[in-house]
Amino acid sequence: MEERKVILDIHNFSIAFEQYENGFKKTSLPTIRELDVTIHEGEMVAVVGSSGSGKSLLAHGILGIQPYNATLGGEIIYDGEILTEERKAALRGNEIVLVPQSVAFLDPLMKIGPQIRKGKKDKASKEKLDGIFKGFHLKEEVQDLYPFEMSGGMNRRVLVSTAMMGNPRLVIADEPTPGLHMDMVRRVMAHFREMADNGAGVLLITHDLEQALEVADRVVVFYAGTTVEDADVKDFEKEENLRHPYSKALWRALPQNGFQFIDGTQPYVKDLPEGCPFGPRCKECTAECKKRIAYREVRGGRVRCIHAV
Amino acid sequence: MKKMNGRILTLVAFIAAVGFLTAITIAGTVFADEAMVVDFSRKNLAPCGQYIFGTDWMGRDMFVRTLTGLSMSIKIGLLAAGVSSIIAFILGTLAATMGKTVDSIITWIIDLVMGIPHILLLILISYAFGKGFKGVVIGVALTHWTSLARLIRGEVLQLKEATYIKVAEKLGKSKFEIAWKHMVPHLLPQFLVGLILMFPHAILHEASITFLGFGLSPEQPAIGIILSESMTYLTMGKWWLAVFPGLLLVFTVVLFDVAGESLRKLLDPASAHV
Amino acid sequence: MLLEAKNISFKYGKDTRQILDNFSLSVESHERVGIIAPSGFGKTTFCKILAGYEKPDSGEILLDGKSLSSYKGYCPVQMIWQHPEQVVNPRLHMRAALEEGDKIEERIIRGLGIEDDWLNRYPTELSGGEMQRFCIARALGKRTKFILADEITTMLDLITQSQLWSFLIKEVQEREIGLLAVSHSMPLLQSVCTRLQELDK
Repeated sequence: MEERKVILDIHNFSIAFEQYENGFKKTSLPTIRELDVTIHEGEMVAVVGSSGSGKSLLAHGILGIQPYNATLGGEIIYDGEILTEERKAALRGNEIVLVPQSVAFLDPLMKIGPQIRKGKKDKASKEKLDGIFKGFHLKEEVQDLYPFEMSGGMNRRVLVSTAMMGNPRLVIADEPTPGLHMDMVRRVMAHFREMADNGAGVLLITHDLEQALEVADRVVVFYAGTTVEDADVKDFEKEENLRHPYSKALWRALPQNGFQFIDGTQPYVKDLPEGCPFGPRCKECTAECKKRIAYREVRGGRVRCIHAV
Repeated sequence: MKKMNGRILTLVAFIAAVGFLTAITIAGTVFADEAMVVDFSRKNLAPCGQYIFGTDWMGRDMFVRTLTGLSMSIKIGLLAAGVSSIIAFILGTLAATMGKTVDSIITWIIDLVMGIPHILLLILISYAFGKGFKGVVIGVALTHWTSLARLIRGEVLQLKEATYIKVAEKLGKSKFEIAWKHMVPHLLPQFLVGLILMFPHAILHEASITFLGFGLSPEQPAIGIILSESMTYLTMGKWWLAVFPGLLLVFTVVLFDVAGESLRKLLDPASAHV
Repeated sequence: MLLEAKNISFKYGKDTRQILDNFSLSVESHERVGIIAPSGFGKTTFCKILAGYEKPDSGEILLDGKSLSSYKGYCPVQMIWQHPEQVVNPRLHMRAALEEGDKIEERIIRGLGIEDDWLNRYPTELSGGEMQRFCIARALGKRTKFILADEITTMLDLITQSQLWSFLIKEVQEREIGLLAVSHSMPLLQSVCTRLQELDK
C-alpha cells in the first residue's frame, strides 16, 4: 500500500488554563498535558476519553477557538506546515471544519438553510444541501427553521450537515452523536466514513469506545490529559494486542468482555501524579514510572508506557 | 513576562474606589459648616495655593463647598439606591414566584416606569413630595428600581427551572430551604452589584433635578445648586466655579462605576481569569 | 413495593409530537428493569414522569397503589441523571450536595470511592465521573425505594461505568430498591438488568 500523506500531525500538544482559587491564588490547570495524534489523508482517527477529560479542548485548540485564559503548547503541523493562529483563522470553516457538540455553535438568528449554505443561493449549493438533508431524513421545511425550533435529534443531524457542505480536507467531529439513536449514529458515522474514503482526514473525538471501534481506522486512548496509546482498531479484538495497561483495563470493562473494573478514578487535573497518570491504579507501576514517559513505537502502534512490549 | 494577578488588581481598584468615596463623604460632612462661611475679603479668587478650587462671589471656599455638595449627593444616592434596590428585590421576587397575574402586573408597572422619561417622572414625584431632601430621595428611589427588578425577576425565573432546584424539591427540601441554600448564593452578588451600579445614576439624577430647581433648596451647598449658580458667573470668566465641581462630580460617578464593575468581576467566577 | 406507570400519555406543547402514548410499565422492588426503546421514544421524559418531575397529560404513576404525587416531602422514587453537572448547584461545595440527600451512609460514600478531599470542592473542580458518584450517593438516601437511572454512565469511561454499576447493583439488591435503567447500550443493559422491556408506541 502506498504511503498516504500526513494531513495533521499533533506533537506534544498541551493546553493549560489560568485560574483563580480561594479568591486570589492564581494557578495553572494543565488540562491537556501530552497529546500526540497523527491523521493521514483518507483516515479516520478516534480520540477516546471520558467526558471532562479535556478532549473538546483539543478540537478548539486545533481550530484556534480556545477560551481566552488558555495557553497552548507543543506543535500542530497541518499539511506539512506549522499551524499558526493566523492559519487556523484562515483555514477553519473551509479546509478544516468542526462538527460541534451543541447548537450553541449556530447563529440563533439565522435560519438553518441559509446558515449551512453560508448564504450562498446558487442552485448547486441548494441541491447539495437538499441531498444531504434527504440522507439524514430531514424534511425540506427544516431549512426554514431557526436553531431553537429544532429537536435534539434534528440538531445533531443539522450540525453534521454543516461539515458536509464544503469539501473539507480535515473534519473534526466533537462528540457528534450523543442523544441519537443507534441507527442514526450509524448513518452519521457512515457519512464521516464516506468523507474519509474520499480523501479527507477525520478526527473523531468521543467518549464511546464501542462506537469508535465500529467506524474508525485507529483509536487513540486519552487518559487524564495524556494520550497513552495509539492502536489500530484491529488491536482491540484481543486484550493481548493492546499495549497500555489502561487500554487493557478499558477492554476488560466492556460489558461484553466481562464488565470488570479496576479501583480508583481518573484523577482531576489538579491531582495528577508525577510521570504516568495511570501509575497509582496500575499493577505494573515502578519507580521508573514516576518520571516523564516517552511516547514510543511498539508493534506498529504507539504507547506511553515503559513496560509495554 | 509574568502576568499580573488580575484579581488582586481588581480588589485594589475596588478598595481604592470605596475608600475615596468614603473619604469624600466624611470630609464633606465635617466641613459642612465651613462651606457656608461668607467672607467678602476673599471673593472671586481664582484657584491658588490656599483655595485650590478658588472662591465664589461671596468669598466661599469652593473646595469645601464642592466636597460638602458631593457628600450630600452620595448620602442621597445611598439612601435612594438602598430603598430602590429593596423595592426591586421585593417586586422582582414576587413577579417570579407569585404566578402569572402578579407577574404581568409587575411587569406592566416596570414597563410603565421605564417608559416615562426618567427625569420627567423624577421631577413630578419630587415636586409632589415638596422637593427638598425628602422629595429627591423619594423621587430617585421610585424611579431607579426597574432594571434591577427585571434582572432579579429573570434570575429567579431561571433558577426556578434549574434542574438542581427541581432535584432538591424531590429530595424533600422546603421552599424556604431551597430559597436560602440555592437561590441566595446566586442572587446576592447580582443584587450587590446592581445596588452599587445604581449609585451613579441616583447621584447624577439628584444633581440634575437640583440644577433644574426641583430638588434641594438653594441654601444647601448641593452640587446641582453650585453648578446652576455658577452658570451666571461663567460668562464673566469665573470658569473655576463650574469646572472643578463638575469634574469632581464626574469623578465620583466614575468611582462608583469602578467599584461596581470590580465587585462584579470579583464575585463572578467566570470572569477575571486574566 | 411496586412502582407502576398506567396508561401514560405525554407531549410537550400543543402542536408537538406525541412522546408517550398510552404507555404502561411496572417495576417491583427486587427487579432491575432495563428499557430499550426505538428512536425518539423520549426515555428521559419517561424517567422524569416516573420520578414526578413532569406531569403526564393522562394516566397515573402509582407507588404501592397510591398516586406518587400524594407522597409529600422526600420522594421515594429518585432519579439519577445523565449529566451530573446539571443537578448540582455550581456555587455550592460538593459536601452541600451530599448533605441534601436523606442521611447518606458513610458506607455508600466509601463504596462509591468518594474521597474526603472532594467534599470541599466546587462542581467545576471535579471530573464528570467524580461528580456522578456524588449524584448516585445522594439518590441512595434512607427513604429511597426506587432508582431511575437515565444513561447515568453514558458520558463516563468504561472502567468508571463498570465500577459504578457494580456498586449500584449490590446496593439495590441488599436494600431491595427497585431499579429502572435506561441506556442505548444493549450489552450494558444485559449485564445490569434482571429483565428487559421493549417499548413501542
